[in-house]
Amino acid sequence: MENDIKTSPDAIIEAHQIRKSFGPLEVLKGVSLNVDQSKTIVIVGPSGSGKSTLIRCFNLLEIINAGTILFEGKAISGDDKDAWKTRLDIGMVFQNFELFPHLTALENITLAPKIVKGISRDEANEKGIKLLEKVRIPEKENSFPDQLSGGQQQRVAIARTLAMEPKVMLYDEPTSALDPEMIKEVLDVIQQLSQEGTTSVVVTHEMGFARRVADRVVFMDHGEIVENAPTDQFFSGDVSERAKLFLEQILSH
Amino acid sequence: MDALDLTLEYITSDIFFRGAQMTLLLTIISVFFGIVVGLIIAVCQEINNKALNYIVVIYLWFFRGTPVLFQIIFVYNVLPQFGIELSSFSSGVVALALNEGAYIAEIMRAGLQSVGKGQRTAATALAMREWQVMRYIVLPQALRVIIPPIGNQFIGMLKLSALVSVVAVEELLLVANQAASSNFRYLEALMAAGVYYLAFTTVFMFIQRHIEIWAKGSRKRDLANVDVDTLNSTEHMETR
Ligand SMILES: Nc1ncnc2c1ncn2[C@@H]1O[C@H](COP(=O)(O)OP(=O)(O)OP(=O)(O)O)[C@@H](O)[C@H]1O
Ligand SMILES: [Mg+2]
Repeated sequence: MENDIKTSPDAIIEAHQIRKSFGPLEVLKGVSLNVDQSKTIVIVGPSGSGKSTLIRCFNLLEIINAGTILFEGKAISGDDKDAWKTRLDIGMVFQNFELFPHLTALENITLAPKIVKGISRDEANEKGIKLLEKVRIPEKENSFPDQLSGGQQQRVAIARTLAMEPKVMLYDEPTSALDPEMIKEVLDVIQQLSQEGTTSVVVTHEMGFARRVADRVVFMDHGEIVENAPTDQFFSGDVSERAKLFLEQILSH
Repeated sequence: MDALDLTLEYITSDIFFRGAQMTLLLTIISVFFGIVVGLIIAVCQEINNKALNYIVVIYLWFFRGTPVLFQIIFVYNVLPQFGIELSSFSSGVVALALNEGAYIAEIMRAGLQSVGKGQRTAATALAMREWQVMRYIVLPQALRVIIPPIGNQFIGMLKLSALVSVVAVEELLLVANQAASSNFRYLEALMAAGVYYLAFTTVFMFIQRHIEIWAKGSRKRDLANVDVDTLNSTEHMETR
């Protein structure tokens, strides 16, 4: 199962033995991971272990050096001119929100649907307002990003990604840049989406969230997946020494 | 004839008026092509191509490292030896625009780089293609940084344009100088030219001031319908 390419019917993303280097530094050392339809995977691991790099390979922000990534059974690896088509289906939310500061909250959400998908202004606006309600910040549609709190900005960023109706949501440490009191409001939104059946891959250090929301937890260290287990098993302590050590460290503070 | 009368006569005379027109024309055309050249250079600097990067470095080295007067005389007198023969007006514009481009490139680069990498990545992740990222994310923000200093370049160019009198373009300073040398009434001729220069720079400054206000405050309108708690949280940026 480690080496040969096996398409599994439930998987929407299948990564097989992918490798990625930055110059001499190998950051992903043959990583294999399946992301199942409608499931939520939480990826944990120490800083520099390659978590961000892994999920950035899924939406082709990074191009892998070896291995394959299948999306709905079709290979997406390799830098082609059609990378943007893959990104239509795989959305991403970033640690630092990365809202466009010259646009209002609503314009942030509607821009890509309008210019990429060609959706009409009225339709995009209507949908955008619904999404703002969904992420629980109605009435902020005309605010600019720097008039919003961090938690509000991240929820706008989530709405902006949802507006493209991707089949998979990738979150790269969505709450790491937030003040503690704002973490919950963002995690609640991600949890709700996950429970509604949005396929999600979440890189996070929030273990409580992982326990509540994840179907599987993946532990990465030094560019490898050390553990990939159902959530219950992962937290029951039935895991490798390295994973146990990491868990102890992160839960103790 | 007393000084004031003669000055007024010069200001309203056809020849001074045409000289002023020529100065204004030189300024606007040179800055315009300077912007085009600057944009090309800025883009070449962003592109990862060794040959292009080298050409740009040499270009900047030459045009920033030699006097503009040298460049004007060079274009007018040396280029014909290589088969490129330009009128004195065209020579002036070419030299001024090429020189201007070297400086505007720097302004453009600062503008383009004012838009963080994270935003470009976010736009890319939203399935925008490279030109869309440029058009909808980078340029609108870069323009707010680029446009105000370009106002300064207009004012600078207005003064620089006097240098093309050296290749006998009938611009304001040459006209004034010629008028004065026929009757030695330098005070009056220079006052007349000075009035035109100051009038132009005043208008440019006025326009520039308004553009700066636009660049800084084009969002004020939106603050009108913001509620109190967001206003408090944004106080830090409003009191800057
Ligand atoms: N564009 C890049 N160029 C060079 N090195 C990079 C680049 N991106 C990541 N790296 C390096 O790759 C390694 C893995 O980075 P990555 O961001 O994937 O780790 P991470 O697990 O997400 O860590 P963190 O928890 O700090 O976000 C790090 O050593 C990092 O310095
Ligand atoms: Mg990371």
